[in-house]
Amino acid sequence: MKQIIPKITFWRVVAVIIVVAGLYSTYLRFTGGLGASTNLSDEFPWGLWIGFDILVGVGLAAGGFTICAITHIFNIEKYKPLARPAILTAFLGYLLVIFGLMYDLGKPYNIWHAIIYWNPRSVMFEVAWCVMLYTTVLFLEFLPIALEKFRLKKLLAFMKKVGIPIMITGVILSTLHQSSLGSLFLIVPQKMYPLWYSGLLPVFFFISAVGAGLTMVIFEAYLSARAFNKGIEADLLSRIGLYGVIILMLGLIIKLIDFALTDKIHLLFTINNYTLLFYLEILVGTIVPFGLLIQKRIRENRRWLYASAIMVISGFLLNRLNVSITSITPGAGVSYFPSIYEISVTLMLVTLGMWAFKFIAKNFPVFASEVHFENHNLKYSEKLSEGKI
Amino acid sequence: MIKQKAILFDATLCAGCGECYNACKEANHLPETTDDFLKDHLSANTYTVVEEYGDVYTRKMCMHCVDPTCVSVCPVGAMEKTELGPVIYDGDKCLGCRYCMQACPHHIPRYEWNKVNPTVKKCIMCYDRVKNGQQTACAEACPTGATLFGDRDELIKIAKERLESDPDTYYQKIYGLEEAGGTDVLIISPVPFDQLGFAENLPKEALPTYTAKALEKIPGVVAGGGVFLAAMYWLTKRKNLIAAEEKQNNMNSTSGDEK
Repeated sequence: MKQIIPKITFWRVVAVIIVVAGLYSTYLRFTGGLGASTNLSDEFPWGLWIGFDILVGVGLAAGGFTICAITHIFNIEKYKPLARPAILTAFLGYLLVIFGLMYDLGKPYNIWHAIIYWNPRSVMFEVAWCVMLYTTVLFLEFLPIALEKFRLKKLLAFMKKVGIPIMITGVILSTLHQSSLGSLFLIVPQKMYPLWYSGLLPVFFFISAVGAGLTMVIFEAYLSARAFNKGIEADLLSRIGLYGVIILMLGLIIKLIDFALTDKIHLLFTINNYTLLFYLEILVGTIVPFGLLIQKRIRENRRWLYASAIMVISGFLLNRLNVSITSITPGAGVSYFPSIYEISVTLMLVTLGMWAFKFIAKNFPVFASEVHFENHNLKYSEKLSEGKI
Repeated sequence: MIKQKAILFDATLCAGCGECYNACKEANHLPETTDDFLKDHLSANTYTVVEEYGDVYTRKMCMHCVDPTCVSVCPVGAMEKTELGPVIYDGDKCLGCRYCMQACPHHIPRYEWNKVNPTVKKCIMCYDRVKNGQQTACAEACPTGATLFGDRDELIKIAKERLESDPDTYYQKIYGLEEAGGTDVLIISPVPFDQLGFAENLPKEALPTYTAKALEKIPGVVAGGGVFLAAMYWLTKRKNLIAAEEKQNNMNSTSGDEK
């Protein structure tokens, strides 16, 4: 492999600045505690690191299990080229979530306590176990890609045998904890602004994660295509986009029905900052991209597809922050805005994630459409090692 | 059966002297935080405060819920509801996720924000004293009898008697009887409780029942999901195989390469 000093570009300089700032915040966090590095308080104990690093991070990784289910369980084979990048995103996403959790937990060195001290009544306990188990599953799902790279044929054959049960376990674990991230908030009915509180929070979290997770696949495919100068599965991606927004629209309809059944419709006409944020969330994240992608001409246009994906992801991000931060402020009686240190750690995590994705995608057969988990052959890695690709 | 202990605070009797505040600081070895105890807030160094609302004084401290939200949400069981009533905390188990703080309907648990090895801090109803048959430090110190310590059912009886015998003085409600499933700190007052900064919008059910409804669906999701997904795998695989065979039969001359 050629080792050359990376060219200095604008985005690389930005990335380095972000990481240096993040490292400084890391130093503050682990020498001064959460008080020195965050704007959290007794009245507002959860902030950006829970809202973004955990809730958004896990949610956007949902493309992994969704694509996995489509290709390996429902055997719709044509989507297989999307499976590996989605698995890689999910795996990195979860590693970053765990990494991010280290910042937010007051006692990160006790994180393993969830293994030995059990409280099955706690949603957080369930989330902890699902995240641990699902990260393991994602590792196992990613493993064949690494095995191909190092040409460990025997292990690869074994992985192929246990592949399907692993995939099924992964889908169940994802379903459970994507929804239980919403269940976390079921216990604070009196603290949340009613536009976001609902007994159906777990359902909403699951549906929006599936929709946004699928759309994330489009986003990363475009970024990878630019970074690696490769073609794009345009047809597959536009379909995935369509399915993504249909699922989100379905979620929105259920939400409106829930509003009607719980007498919350009038809140939609009460104009305040909460309502505005709610409208922004559903317009940017669901209604507008749905209106766009439902049109064949638009969804088959690369730029519009990409733009719609970014909208969906932004709307999703806003939804998670609205649930975990905006909706809590009236109940807490204080306002919260993340400190510059919290923001810089979050930006650093995103940057590190992108670097890791790029590095792995460059060095492992992630975008190998001719090799699959099931009917694998070693053609790709053979060609790769002979330098033909 | 062990009788659950409780605290009854009667706001009509409280003179705002601060003896409970000082006794709590001393019993829990907490540093002094302010010259004027009436201006102090709950914090990692203050487990109870006396608050002044017009000419009524009230106290704030952990309510020691009958079915505590903090106990139910803690992933590692660092919060524990003891048989005697006090809700205690084990800092060695704690991860520092602060879900207890987020979930507490009474906004009670406090955090050591500026420590590298932080713990959650709150009133633990002088558990060590209560275990040994003593009363809490605040009740012992109270010169007017505004804070009483005893068996929960006894204290409820006393509170009811006071409300009945003196309906002009008391606002007719015992706060803590059914707030979020009931608490082991009971409060009676001359004015409605929202005027004293207590949450009046709490459901009567214990909050853990809200999440229990979601949690009890897990076994169904696991079992149902497993069967459904396995069946889908089998069915779709078979469908693909049959389709491939048909395709094979249809084209005899050309090789079977895809595309």
